[in-house]
Amino acid sequence: MKAAAAGTAVTDAAKVEAAVADAHRREWTAVLASTVRVTRDLDLAEECVQDAYAAALRGWPAAGVPGNPAAWLTTTARRRAIDAIRHDAVLRSRLPLLLVPDGEPGEPAANAEAAAAEAAAASLSEALPDERLRLIFICCHPALGQEAQLALTLRLVCGMGVPDIARAFLVSEPTMAARITRAKKKISVARIPYRIPPAAELAERLGAALAVVYLLFTAGHTAPSGPSLVRADLVQQAMHLAQMLRELMPGSLDVRGLRALLLVTDARRATRTDADGRLLRLSEQDRSQWDSAALAEAHEEIVGCLRAGPPGRYVLQAAIASLYAAAPSYDQTDWPQIVELYDRLLEVWPSPVVALNRAVPLAMAEGPQAALAEVDRLNADGRLSGYQYLHAIRADLLARIGRADEAADAYRQALALTANEAERAFLMVQIKN
Amino acid sequence: MAQYAILIYAHDSAHAPDATAEELETCDEHSDELAANGSMLAAYALTPRDMATSVRADAITDGPFLDSKEVVAGFYVIEAPDLDAALAIARTNPVVRDGGGVEVRPVHSSYLNPAAS
Repeated sequence: MKAAAAGTAVTDAAKVEAAVADAHRREWTAVLASTVRVTRDLDLAEECVQDAYAAALRGWPAAGVPGNPAAWLTTTARRRAIDAIRHDAVLRSRLPLLLVPDGEPGEPAANAEAAAAEAAAASLSEALPDERLRLIFICCHPALGQEAQLALTLRLVCGMGVPDIARAFLVSEPTMAARITRAKKKISVARIPYRIPPAAELAERLGAALAVVYLLFTAGHTAPSGPSLVRADLVQQAMHLAQMLRELMPGSLDVRGLRALLLVTDARRATRTDADGRLLRLSEQDRSQWDSAALAEAHEEIVGCLRAGPPGRYVLQAAIASLYAAAPSYDQTDWPQIVELYDRLLEVWPSPVVALNRAVPLAMAEGPQAALAEVDRLNADGRLSGYQYLHAIRADLLARIGRADEAADAYRQALALTANEAERAFLMVQIKN
Repeated sequence: MAQYAILIYAHDSAHAPDATAEELETCDEHSDELAANGSMLAAYALTPRDMATSVRADAITDGPFLDSKEVVAGFYVIEAPDLDAALAIARTNPVVRDGGGVEVRPVHSSYLNPAAS
């Protein structure tokens, strides 16, 4: 605990707990990533980092919070790893070691001391951007199923506990633990390399990583089932990941666009339901309650992206969301421009869901009849027939042109496909009206 | 280096017993390429689905084991430093651009009778 001696004087328990929690939130990824370099084994690294945080909780109250908590944690985790490798070589898993390219030494323990010393210099998060990216890219490798990607990212990149991840995805803890173990085993057996993809593959692989962040956010933003609409922990982790990627890959417009999209969407979080948890339409939401600082930040980012080059999917989605939010009231929304942005979005991302969402501003710009024709066309296409929002949007359009019976039928179809209780309650009210 | 088996999934195998050299040209070219660059360790082209016979506990039946649009048309074993490298090699198989695809599986162990060839 030499490193701790350099820290401040004895600190009270609450302060230490806050400092450890803060270091967990900010530095977990960097500490784990640089410990993986020593262990070349995800399980062992994870265990050692967990131990290091536990040691901080025990040791910092007496010794004080060190000046550079990340360096302290990394040094501690790496020392544990070296000990484990030396003493338990035989007991350790027989799975092949993680493939760490770039001339990593064959004997992992050999350089570890030097590496630990090097890591202790400066702030880790600034010194080792590549290490964190390696970790993100291995968790989001397309050879892993998307459920596994989501779970691994939360566990390894965000440091979220298995019980919390299991709760977030509504599966039992053993199921989630097995899912994570299986994914780690595949990484090891199939030799998924621990590296940043080469330039030729980077766009595709980054797309997979961004998809994971976006899915985590949407899973949190509209919790797929259960009593509450928003699962705050998932939203928070997704925002954290987007922020981290923004720092690590500042040159990527997709990364900046995704972060802006999450910022705008989350800025409206407080107003999406009323005091009783009842779902509110965009037109009913109290705009004065939106997080104007987040909206302004997102707006600036989007303008920067649009100036920097041809916008991709996330930048356009962010621009649409931001334009919705920019109007002083719902009625004053710039509908034609939103439809135009949707047209551009459909060019880069020809998805039926995008075409469906376009129907909403189209109804405002050109009337519900025009929008209904589009939605009926999509309905006939069949690909979205199991998608609750198609039926909900269709119902709303039918109601607006006075076809009440058909509207009620469509609301019933939407209801049958919806598991989230706030959304179900909303649909039931619509059917009664 | 590690070994990976690549299973070729196609509507059917091009390697009919009476297939002409012309019909096999694309497959052969690809195979020659992998043999030449040293990444391929072994390769087997299988005859078409009509030649397949399946065996279960209760019956012997005509045709491939799984009744699906694609059959395993052949398989080969390559050596690659990691999964990304193996996938890059697998992706160059002509079947990928021809309506089929390949499956990449790490090899656990293998045996080849030295007398076989």
